Amino acid sequence: MTNPLPVPAPKDPQKRTVVPTLPPVKRSRAALGLGIAAARGQFALQHCVDCGAVQYPPRDACCKCLSVALEWRLTDPAAQVLAQTTIRVSPDPYFRERLPWRMGSVQLAAGPVVVCHLHGEVARGDGVRMALKLDKAGQGVMVALPLKGSETMQDDPTLRAMSCDPKHRRVLITDARSPLAQPLAEALQRAGATAIFLGEAESWRRWEGREALAAMENVVLMPLDVTDTASVARLAAEIGGKVDILINTAQFIRPGGVVAGDTVFARDGLETNVLGLMRLAQGFGPAMCARTADGANAAVAWVNILSVQALAPDMGFGGFAASQAAARSVAQTMRGEFSASGLRVMNVYTGPVDDAWHQPLPPPKVSPKALARTVIDGLVDGLEEVACGDIATDALDRWLSDPALLERETRGGHS
Amino acid sequence: MSDAITGLAAALAGGQARIVDLTHTLDADFPVIVLPPEFGQCARFRMEEVSAYDHRGPAWKWHNLTLNEHTGTHFDAPIHWISGKDVPAGAVDEIPVEAFVGPVVVIDCSDGAARDDDFELTPDIITAWEDQHGKIPSGVWVLMRSDWSRRRGADYLNMREDGPHSPGPTPAAISLLLERGIRGFGTETVGTDAGQGMHYDPPYPAHYLLHGAGKYGLQCLCNLDQLPPTGAMLIAPPLKIKGGTGSPLRVLALITGDIE
Repeated sequence: MTNPLPVPAPKDPQKRTVVPTLPPVKRSRAALGLGIAAARGQFALQHCVDCGAVQYPPRDACCKCLSVALEWRLTDPAAQVLAQTTIRVSPDPYFRERLPWRMGSVQLAAGPVVVCHLHGEVARGDGVRMALKLDKAGQGVMVALPLKGSETMQDDPTLRAMSCDPKHRRVLITDARSPLAQPLAEALQRAGATAIFLGEAESWRRWEGREALAAMENVVLMPLDVTDTASVARLAAEIGGKVDILINTAQFIRPGGVVAGDTVFARDGLETNVLGLMRLAQGFGPAMCARTADGANAAVAWVNILSVQALAPDMGFGGFAASQAAARSVAQTMRGEFSASGLRVMNVYTGPVDDAWHQPLPPPKVSPKALARTVIDGLVDGLEEVACGDIATDALDRWLSDPALLERETRGGHS
Repeated sequence: MSDAITGLAAALAGGQARIVDLTHTLDADFPVIVLPPEFGQCARFRMEEVSAYDHRGPAWKWHNLTLNEHTGTHFDAPIHWISGKDVPAGAVDEIPVEAFVGPVVVIDCSDGAARDDDFELTPDIITAWEDQHGKIPSGVWVLMRSDWSRRRGADYLNMREDGPHSPGPTPAAISLLLERGIRGFGTETVGTDAGQGMHYDPPYPAHYLLHGAGKYGLQCLCNLDQLPPTGAMLIAPPLKIKGGTGSPLRVLALITGDIE
């Protein structure tokens, strides 16, 4: 049983905000693969193509047969704890601030014995489920989790440090008019968020659903238009210091290819989807990065909702797809710029959402509710790269295995 | 002629003539017309700082602007509408400058607009006005006062599920004004037509009939309550945009001052 995380007390204004520190960052090139799997919520290890050995830690050659034919493959996460210890003294600034810290060695069913972080609910001899998690440095690390955890297992300090759980956190949803806003606000409430700020652009234009959102508890509508630098700066000045999670739902989408498309719509798409993201990053990024060690409700995550067309365009949405590819690029730069603070950038790739702009398209389509669920799950699991819906999941898999092939398939002409 | 100008200058200096600003501030939050989303939209006013006495330009501050020809208080040229696309000198850069300065009359519809969001300017209202102030002379601007410019936020466009609701002229009213030979027609609302103007025959009669006849439009005006029904002079020069269908502009009115 994990002690439930108490509601954070109001901040003492006479104390200096804790400056973020990071656990060790450096990794070998081979070991970066752990982060790739952790970012997607997968448990993957190096498998030797020649002799079948599974190895950890990752290396450039097989520890059994010296083959360099190594592949990252999904691996059975079953394991048993061999030994446990509690670290009470550490010279590392990050861990010093978080002592005591539990670690142990576990025997993986797949073969290797690994030294890893231990969840508070596991002990020596226990069967456990191994997970790769991103730590604050953005690196993949192993955590032994209970096979069947308690209801409050997410509140365990080790897991809390490696997730972006909305519990007791304050969240800004940038566009209240998005079909995603209401299901997201509801899901965040269920997940224990203490305050939900909803950005409202163009309050001079009435919109359906405003009253329902405004009536929700702990939800407040605030003026925010991502196409207006001054508007972003105003809201950042007002609430930038208490946004723990930012979810960018602002999106401009219109159908139309490139040749027969419309540069006015394309420009509007770039304005909202790309420059809007940059304005938000400039407005909210610095304050969030400064607060990533600010107690139980420290700033943790930045979420971008992107179309999977960021990876390969759908010819019917050429202008929009260009904006999504550009937004993905901006998000990658943000990851680099935020990395020193440990603020995570999670990209959620979605297939066609069941909204007015995809109305004539056949199923499968992503319901805003399912998308909201994916966002919350991704935050709870502390992910960086998530796909929502069959189309996006399939496209992301194919893109990862062969981007050139995916491009040819998207272009059409194959049977 | 020089006497006239000297006289005007003296009247302005002495308070016998006064200048009224009929222009809204160009502001990112000022409403623009909203069309069904599959149509192209009017760009909102945006101002992006280029430098502000800083590393981007140490001694100066300036901005890049983004806006539509029809953002904020603006002028409509004949080529704005399909009916006026072949009107000679129908673009803002081609219109003779004499068109931009001229007499103006104001028809007060503020009582009716306060009672009814869809208040219509009809021929009866125009003839009743003429009974009081005399026949509308040719070559004048006619402005429809509705006090709509005092509305704020969502009440300005007043969008409902069936579209916007705001006052405007009927087709017959515009036809009558065209018979009088007016120069143009202006309103306090977001367009020269009523919010529900799409249901008239022709749809959007102010746009269709005025521009088809080579006349001009002004919209998003304010301070019309400060103008007399007759006797004022309007100064409304749009930007000289090549092939421009309209332009944001500063609209000024010269009125007789209160000072004796």
